[in-house]
Amino acid sequence: MKLKQLEGLLGGLTQFPDPKVELEQYPTGPHIASRMPYTAENSFDDITGKVVADFGCGCGTLAVASALLDAERVLGIDIDPQSLELAQENAADLELDIDLVWSDMKNLNLKGIHVDTVVMNPPFGARRKGADMEFLSMGLKVASQAVYSLHKTSTREHIMKAALRGCNPCSAEVLCELRYDLPQTYKFHKKKEVNIAVDLWRFVPNAQQQQLACYAPSGPGDGTAT
Amino acid sequence: MRLLTHNMLASNVRGATTGYPLTLEVTKWCTKEVELNADFIRGLLPKIDWRALVAATRALGLPELLPEDQPPEEEIFAEGAADVEGSAIRRIHHALLEVHVQEGSLVCPDTSRCFPINKGIPNMMLHEDEV
Repeated sequence: MKLKQLEGLLGGLTQFPDPKVELEQYPTGPHIASRMPYTAENSFDDITGKVVADFGCGCGTLAVASALLDAERVLGIDIDPQSLELAQENAADLELDIDLVWSDMKNLNLKGIHVDTVVMNPPFGARRKGADMEFLSMGLKVASQAVYSLHKTSTREHIMKAALRGCNPCSAEVLCELRYDLPQTYKFHKKKEVNIAVDLWRFVPNAQQQQLACYAPSGPGDGTAT
Repeated sequence: MRLLTHNMLASNVRGATTGYPLTLEVTKWCTKEVELNADFIRGLLPKIDWRALVAATRALGLPELLPEDQPPEEEIFAEGAADVEGSAIRRIHHALLEVHVQEGSLVCPDTSRCFPINKGIPNMMLHEDEV
């Protein structure tokens, strides 16, 4: 499937009708949601034919994107039951089947190594400190291949440090910088729409015994707060 | 919830030792046809807990679907097996990927804590005092 086509299909998904600020529910827009799994597949073969889990799937945007790219099985996990119902509807509208589990991340107990790839747009930890690392650490425990995640570009160094300290990944790499078009979601948002720079990260879990390599791409914005 | 998901879910309730496998109780289920991908099954099978899968099929009332012991891989992946009605690979594919539990529950083997399944979504949420 072409990127444009994927983005178009994701644009038709129903997003949170009543977002919950405490869960940092922000819609994963079609631009970003299409690029994450598309890059994962085209650069690393991490989606097609794989078992993909979407952590904090919300209305299932990344889960649906993965299913559209022919992930063999997709599992979406979220703490909010209303979002899960929406995810179910979104998948059904496109005649896709995704499995959903109602759970929070810190108490999730997944056995074995059935999951190849984890994709997620985690809470950035703005409302509950450390929420992002909770997601990442669980992702690296569960995935056998890779974890794809979005984090604010302004926190790049922090993420790198915290990930290396807390999650012991084999590698942690920023693949690219993306624009998160954030529509006015909550009352405390003063502007109608803001663009936040976010990094698309790829983490490789340690079990793969690859050489420890940690690097970020050079170029504008590298390692500096924006 | 597919049985593949059941195969990887465990309970994390306080007092649980392994919390696995969860005992499946089913009140409503259905099947949806999915194209068989032998390579995918080949990659997946070593990660599957066979006993948990067999127990799940028994809970569905399908005692004949899978044998107690996993058939040898040569048999499962024998050439052309995927095209033979009732072959091991087709049964495994059916059990893992085509069965959907819509209503029922998952029961923690250590603590008997019950996790309900509603509209196909298992509720694994714990209360604060259960963590």
